[in-house]
Amino acid sequence: MEKVILFAPLVGALIGGFGWRMIGEKGAQVVTTALLFLACALSWNVFLTFDGQTQHIQLLDWIQSGTFQTDWSIRLDRLTAIMLIVVTSVSALVHLYSWGYMAHDDNWAHGEHYKARFFAYLSFFTFAMLMLVTADNLGQMFFGWEGVGVASYLLIGFYYRKPSANAAAIKAFVVNRVGDFGFLLGIFGLYYLTDSIRMDDVFAAAPDLAKTNLTFLWTDWNAANLLAFLLFVGAMGKSAQLFLHTWLPDAMEGPTPVSALIHAATMVTAGVFLVCRMSPLFEYAPETKTFILYIGGATAFFAATVGLVQNDIKRVIAYSTCSQLGYMFVAAGSGIYGAAMFHLFTHAFFKAMLFLGAGSVIHAMHHEQDMRNYGALRKKIPLTFWAMMIGTLAITGVGIPLTEFGFAGFLSKDAVIESAWGSGNGFAFWALVIAAGMTSFYSWRLIFMTFYGEARWGHGHGHDEHAHHDDHDHGHGHGHAHEPHESPATMTIPLGLLAIGSIFAGMIWYGSFFGDHEKMVKFFAMPEHAAVEAAPAADATATPAATTEAAPAAAAPEAHAAPAHGAPQGAIYMSAESEAVLDAAHHAPVWVKVSPFIAMVVGFLLSFLFYIVNPSLPRRLAANQPILYQFLLNKWYFDEVYDAIFVRPAKWLGNLLWKRGDGDVIDGTINGVSMGVIPFFTRLAGRMQSGYLFHYAFAMVIGIAVLLTWMTLSGGAH
Amino acid sequence: MTVFAFAFYLFAISAVVAALMVVVARNPVHSVLWLILTFLSASGLFVLMGAEFVAMLLMIVYVGAVAVLFLFVVMMLDVDFAQLKGEMARYMPLGLLIGVVILMQIAFVVGAWQPSEAAAGLRVAVTPEGLSNTEALGHLIYDRYIVLFQLAGLVLLVAMIGAIVLTLRHRKDIKRQNVLAQMWRDPAKALELHDVKPGQGL
Amino acid sequence: MTSVDLSAVLPEVVLALYAMAALLLAVYTGKDRMSGFITWVTVAVLVAIAAWIGLAPHEDLNAFGGMIQADAFTRFAKVTVLLGAASVLAIGYGWMQRQNINRFEYPVLVALSVIGMMVMVSAGDLMTLYMGLELQSLALYVLASLRRDSVVSTEAGLKYFVLGSLSSGILLYGASLVYGFAGTTSFSGILSTIEGGHVTVGVLFGLVFILVGLGFKVSAVPFHMWTPDVYEGSPTPVTAFFATAPKVAAIALIARVTNDAFGGARADWTQVIAALSVLSMFLGAVAGIAQRDLKRLMAYSSISHMGFALVGLAAGTAVGVQAMLIYMAIYVTMNVGTFAFILSMERDGKAVSDIPSLHLYARAEPLKALAMLVLLFSLAGLPPMLGFFAKFAVLKAAVDAQMGWLAVLGVIASVIGAFYYLRIVYYMYFGQEGAVLTTRMTAPQWLMLVGSAVVMVLGVVNLFGIEGAATAAAEVLVR
Repeated sequence: MEKVILFAPLVGALIGGFGWRMIGEKGAQVVTTALLFLACALSWNVFLTFDGQTQHIQLLDWIQSGTFQTDWSIRLDRLTAIMLIVVTSVSALVHLYSWGYMAHDDNWAHGEHYKARFFAYLSFFTFAMLMLVTADNLGQMFFGWEGVGVASYLLIGFYYRKPSANAAAIKAFVVNRVGDFGFLLGIFGLYYLTDSIRMDDVFAAAPDLAKTNLTFLWTDWNAANLLAFLLFVGAMGKSAQLFLHTWLPDAMEGPTPVSALIHAATMVTAGVFLVCRMSPLFEYAPETKTFILYIGGATAFFAATVGLVQNDIKRVIAYSTCSQLGYMFVAAGSGIYGAAMFHLFTHAFFKAMLFLGAGSVIHAMHHEQDMRNYGALRKKIPLTFWAMMIGTLAITGVGIPLTEFGFAGFLSKDAVIESAWGSGNGFAFWALVIAAGMTSFYSWRLIFMTFYGEARWGHGHGHDEHAHHDDHDHGHGHGHAHEPHESPATMTIPLGLLAIGSIFAGMIWYGSFFGDHEKMVKFFAMPEHAAVEAAPAADATATPAATTEAAPAAAAPEAHAAPAHGAPQGAIYMSAESEAVLDAAHHAPVWVKVSPFIAMVVGFLLSFLFYIVNPSLPRRLAANQPILYQFLLNKWYFDEVYDAIFVRPAKWLGNLLWKRGDGDVIDGTINGVSMGVIPFFTRLAGRMQSGYLFHYAFAMVIGIAVLLTWMTLSGGAH
Repeated sequence: MTVFAFAFYLFAISAVVAALMVVVARNPVHSVLWLILTFLSASGLFVLMGAEFVAMLLMIVYVGAVAVLFLFVVMMLDVDFAQLKGEMARYMPLGLLIGVVILMQIAFVVGAWQPSEAAAGLRVAVTPEGLSNTEALGHLIYDRYIVLFQLAGLVLLVAMIGAIVLTLRHRKDIKRQNVLAQMWRDPAKALELHDVKPGQGL
Repeated sequence: MTSVDLSAVLPEVVLALYAMAALLLAVYTGKDRMSGFITWVTVAVLVAIAAWIGLAPHEDLNAFGGMIQADAFTRFAKVTVLLGAASVLAIGYGWMQRQNINRFEYPVLVALSVIGMMVMVSAGDLMTLYMGLELQSLALYVLASLRRDSVVSTEAGLKYFVLGSLSSGILLYGASLVYGFAGTTSFSGILSTIEGGHVTVGVLFGLVFILVGLGFKVSAVPFHMWTPDVYEGSPTPVTAFFATAPKVAAIALIARVTNDAFGGARADWTQVIAALSVLSMFLGAVAGIAQRDLKRLMAYSSISHMGFALVGLAAGTAVGVQAMLIYMAIYVTMNVGTFAFILSMERDGKAVSDIPSLHLYARAEPLKALAMLVLLFSLAGLPPMLGFFAKFAVLKAAVDAQMGWLAVLGVIASVIGAFYYLRIVYYMYFGQEGAVLTTRMTAPQWLMLVGSAVVMVLGVVNLFGIEGAATAAAEVLVR
């Protein structure tokens, strides 16, 4: 069953990508979508029937080279199961949604085929993502990691005639390379120290790594910290954390379904998944965890601030994604991986829905993305409006405080914020709370600017484009060319399904992911029971502190004896300290538990004030605070700084190597040799071939003289 | 200095000098004459070595036939050697330089000449005891070196074929002697007797 | 002389008797009208002798007191020479007939020359070496000026003759130096005197002179100067002959002398041969670029190819000799095919050999053009043609013998040389419109062209099994 889940998208991609000429574009769409729904159904089956015990499903021997032995096998545990449903569900719905969204596209001339390619890319991405989440070793994970990178590149640059899309695709790829480099170094380091890249071996060796020092960049580091940090650098790239986040907003150049699938729900969460997956390693890397806390908090705060002032509907959601990823990392950094996964899980639903909803709005507005040209769309596209509303309620975290009743985001976000409080890191906690307020503000701002107020469309703005392709087979264009129109059922049905997830996913699984310790242990099959029981056996009078020390100590000898068995069982591993954090989070004071709700309400009210009550206020504020406004509008000038520090020197260097190195030196040499030196010798040889006998004889004699001299000089040594 | 040594140096020096003169002589006829002197000196050296048969062969075949043939050819062809030599003179300095280099090295080699210790043992005695020079040669040529002798025959055959191929031409427009036709010629057929009466021709 | 001695030279004797019989027959009957008959009989005899030598079981013989040797190496070289000569005769006849110079002496001289080559490759003595060389060369001198009405042909013959005499003189001088040192002319005797590293400068000079004399025959740079002029001036079938059998014989002779007689001075001659090979590879590649005539181009091509074959010798190992032998076998095959094409080239009823006449040839004759393409790719050494594996084998041998630099230079030369082969392909497929080239082919020409092209492609499977024979041959030489 797991194999079918894994390979159905690949089969779909191959058939759709290479065989669409035989089965037609429609056929390709049907095949890819049907296979994805099959994978989705099977994934839910796996998730719901999964018993929590880690399984290894061997597919084939992959690489065998010396001590480097890698299988290709599926690691099935709770994390994998969660990711399976997230990936396949969102992917299946996005496939379906794309039927409508991609039906007509102004970027392609009439008669050009692009749909089969699009669906093949989507399916290929899904396969790569499944490879990533089912990986049983780091090599396999890296394969999937790069696979999703490639798919992301292809899909961001899907409109390859648009220079901006190409630039965005390249940017995404290059920025991700920075992260991937760290990830690779991390894998190398792990292999160097543990002689294996199998997860079980690495996990088993984690306690030892914590006591090992590794020299890197002329400095001694704690191995566990260093390697965890390097892996986290990879995660930062993929998950668009601060400093490596610049690609994500630009990635919105891709078609909106792509943004929903890749840049909201699945690929960007790969980093969070990586950290959770490697939890046994991160648990031994406290400094790295602290670093993650800071980075996650800073990202959440930074992205939220930028989101406040963006006007492009997709960019708002993109920054929102970036911000929410920061939340997840804060949870992971505080050791509450369950909360991180919980937020990842719920976020996938409501963020995918927000994107798909935004796509529906854009579709309705004939590919107009600027919110300043929206307004009063509530009545025109009611289904989309309600979907967006549910999404907003979910992301802002609407629910009843101090109960487990609310939208998905309410439960998961509160879980994250409580975890942050539990970790005792004030910065992270306050950054998240403030970010929650800002999230509320910009989310409602989006709703108000799009669906309320007065209509700022229909004045011919951006509709010239539309007019001239009316004569195309443009089903929805006839009759009401200037009217926004509701999207077809293929687009609204996915919205509805995601809405269900956005509403109920939190309430159903709150206990398992975060809320209830017992349930959580069972859900993730966490091993700390064994450790806790082993400790008293070793020392009956063990204090809790001693237990903390005993746990790794008990694991260590086992690890040496049999690495596979010594590895922590279950999906995630929480050290005693993390358990304490979890405990603290569960027993957080009331003001902590209520604080995100208050922040949300404040954000909502401000937004209401700014965009409903007094729509002129934002402009006045912007005029009042030009520096702050420009700073936010320009995304803290990250792109400009990077441009000055990295891009320009790199371009300069590239230019230098191209013009001077390649053009002058290499080409120059080759051309010089082939067009100057060799013809020179050719002419020389031609002149020597004069036809005169005595010239020829002379050449022979000279040859003899040279050879004799040579022999005299070298042979005289005999 | 014994007479033998004196004779050796005399012949050797005259051979070398004559060979040099063959090359440098301006008049081609003189060159051939110098060549004859070279041959003569060489045959003198053979005599000194006790190879009188070879010496005589050299005298008869090379001097008597080959060199004289050369002389005829040179006289008949009337090649403008002066022009060729003039062309050659342009390259003389460089040629001399190279020549000197080679000469010096060969001189160096000769100066440091040292045959292998095994050389004496490997050398084949030319004239076995109790055989005359000619008989010994016969033994060598027709027994030990039979294959080389036959090959030499083939070389001569090729030379002959070559000479014929390159020079003999069957021209249709000239008359040739046909011996058989001459011999079988029947006077009765060739001649026709006419009885011419007196006064008939008037 | 014993019966053992005779059996060692029996193929040569048979061939000599045949040559003389053919000569007599033609002289006393139809003269040049017999040329067709004699040509085909000669081809048959050559092939028959090749089959006899190659297929019948033989024991290794050391005949005439070591002057003639018959072993695996000899047999390999002889078979290559015989088959090369037979093929060249077969493809040349049609041309000779059309050009009206089908002299009956041509096949006879080829047969006599082949005897010389067979003696060369089986030489065990400096004297045998010289006799074989002269027999071969003298026949070639005559053949070069076979078309005696043509000034270029006679000039070619004369140049070849004069320079050949010079090289013979040089070789003789070297031989006399070696004799003076060793006291014997037999290879085994020479080897015994210089074993143990006792190599004087005098012997080295003798070696160098001998190598120069033989290098002339394989047109190794700088003793190659005759090659382009003679190739261009000679009648094309004779050029084809020059390019094939004598090259095999001469390089086999070099292998024989260097290994059999001077095996003790390996370090000395390998560097001489390496130097010659580098110069040949590069000059052949560089100078060929300027050529506008196919025959002249083939001259430079053969110079370059001989350079590559010498790389195998320069390695000084059994693997190197084996690679050289395989290289020569492949080289002969390629050249036979290419010359079969050149021999058929005609425009307005006149034989031509200029490269520009090939413009857009592929449109007229796709199959022949394709065969030529394969052959030219193979000559250039492009994979997957056999020519690539030939080059690869010799370069690999050089690398294995710690002469990586030689292999690197070989690769560079190969790249430069590829230019002129590929230019021909370019002309054939993408050239300009122009006068149409016609290629009337006789059956043997067509067969050789297509056959050798097919061999270039199919041979990559197992080289038609010649590898084992070449290995055995090389092991005889390098012990």
